[in-house]
Amino acid sequence: MAKELIRLQNVSMNFDGEQVLNSINLTINDSEFLTLLGPSGCGKTTTLRIIGGFQKPTSGDVFFDGERINDVPPYRRRINTVFQKYALFPHLDVYDNIAFGLRVSKLDEDEIDRRVTEMLEIVSLKGFQNRKVTSLSGGQQQRVAIARALVNQPKVLLLDEPLGALDMRLRKDMQNELKRIQQALEITFIYVTHDQEEALAMSDTVVVMDKGCIQQIGTPVDIYNEPKNAFVADFIGESNILDGIMRRDYEVEFFGHRYACLDKGFAPNEPVDVVIRPEDVDIVAPGNGYLSATVTNVIFKGTFYDTFVDVAGFKWLIQTTDAHSIGDQIGISLDPDAIHIMKKSDYSEKFGDYSSYSAEYDEMETASEDEGDEE
Amino acid sequence: MKRFSRVFTVIVFLFLYLPMIVLGVASFNTGTDVATWEGFTLSQYTALFQDGALLPLLRNSVIIAVVASIIATLLGTMAAVGIHKMNRRPKALAMTLTNIPMTNPDIVTGVSLALLFAFTGVILKINSIMGFATLLIAHVTFDLPYVILSVMPKLTQMDPDLQEAALDLGCTPIQAFFKVVIHEIMPGIISGALMAFTMSLDDFVISYFVYGPRFVTLPVEIYNYTKKPLQPKIYALFTLLFLVILLMMVIMNLLQARDQKRQKGAV
Repeated sequence: MAKELIRLQNVSMNFDGEQVLNSINLTINDSEFLTLLGPSGCGKTTTLRIIGGFQKPTSGDVFFDGERINDVPPYRRRINTVFQKYALFPHLDVYDNIAFGLRVSKLDEDEIDRRVTEMLEIVSLKGFQNRKVTSLSGGQQQRVAIARALVNQPKVLLLDEPLGALDMRLRKDMQNELKRIQQALEITFIYVTHDQEEALAMSDTVVVMDKGCIQQIGTPVDIYNEPKNAFVADFIGESNILDGIMRRDYEVEFFGHRYACLDKGFAPNEPVDVVIRPEDVDIVAPGNGYLSATVTNVIFKGTFYDTFVDVAGFKWLIQTTDAHSIGDQIGISLDPDAIHIMKKSDYSEKFGDYSSYSAEYDEMETASEDEGDEE
Repeated sequence: MKRFSRVFTVIVFLFLYLPMIVLGVASFNTGTDVATWEGFTLSQYTALFQDGALLPLLRNSVIIAVVASIIATLLGTMAAVGIHKMNRRPKALAMTLTNIPMTNPDIVTGVSLALLFAFTGVILKINSIMGFATLLIAHVTFDLPYVILSVMPKLTQMDPDLQEAALDLGCTPIQAFFKVVIHEIMPGIISGALMAFTMSLDDFVISYFVYGPRFVTLPVEIYNYTKKPLQPKIYALFTLLFLVILLMMVIMNLLQARDQKRQKGAV
């Protein structure tokens, strides 16, 4: 599991003077499911294309199994790709699409037939071999694209937002399917997406990118619980991000209250960003020294309520199963493990404030509905 | 208003096709006078095919059109692929340079080619340079832009991932072209080839300046015919020529329609 397969070393990429990747360092292990996650324009697809050999980095090196492969063309790499819009060959039927790579490498037809048939079974497309690819549904085309890549038994499979064009239910099914295939075949998957939920659900390792830089690398749990900066905290799930001051190890102050927390290693009185996940907030009766807040808006989301509250002029988002009414006075109680401390970064104060929630939040709502992945 | 536009359409088409209709009718006329109908006959057509002088000319025209359009299709397709790969600015320049010869008056193209050939003849000390080779070069030259212009949009429409998918699956760039790209742009190549063929088949102006007495094409010879009193069998010849070109156009339109349908199906 821990054997290194691909390494990107100080990889930078410029297009017409615009820096798309800024000195990326990334190690990808054998049989790992690694996801490059970030908003559009963050450089994730470029990173994938560099690994696939479709683009040469402006500077830096790419290693595959310890060998430098900067100048190795895509057709000599043991890497196959599932393209965003599938890129199936319209002039060939399902069988010939899947057999394409094997025929190029001149395998004998018996072997080709055996492997294509096996692949059709793996992607549950038995009986479809003579169909025209243009007559297939999006989900079926997707499966052909996966089969066409996997039949070549690559060491690495690159997937560029492969589920982007599918509706929500199909996406969930395909997520499980991809994970199952990856575990069964023990192939390294490098997966590009802007959908954080998808990334958390499928990956062994998540690489969060923004503006051509890697913001954080970690397991889904680490990324969610221990975001490195305000960008990661905001991009992965919902977060209230507050200004705080680290009074000493395990003690942080914000809104005039001191709280026990689990973080240490900051300078005394260092200004920090404090992340509080909406589901980690306990609502209690006001008073008794708790932070007090006024409910300003409540949205019913099915399993919970999105409750917006005003804490001394700063809007928080709280997710709770209890119903509140607008105007209610509440108290806020925070356990030490509900509080996560981050160093200040360029992203501080840009995220995590729900004061402008009506616009921002609605926008996020529509975005996630478009992708068909409501929470 | 609707009625008016219908009448108007009919008038326009009459203007466009009346000359051809008159010619067609004349080709079946027993008499030699265009103005008087004396009875139906096919004798002009039989006379045409018995004319020992005309058939070799027709053969010459077909040979030059076939050879020139094949060469132009190969070169033009390669050029289109190359231009397609260029960056935005050089691409715009290349396309402008491709368009200019098409809008250039034929007579200018003809005379300048003739000058070039004559000049080359002097340098290479060839006495009578005009012949099959010069005619072929001239035809390929004016056919090329038509091929490039009909292949180009197919390349632009093609999903660029298709070529990358082929590379990804182990094809060298050349293999990727022949196994994948060519299938996608084939409709453009075929319509470019047909266009080049029709352009070559009926070209007179440019051919007139670069042909030699050893290899004369039909349109050039027909022009020489028209200096003398016209023989009715020429009407038959013109009618056939018109029908051949018409057939090519119909085939081209059918191919385009089929291609559009296929693309709609793919989306």
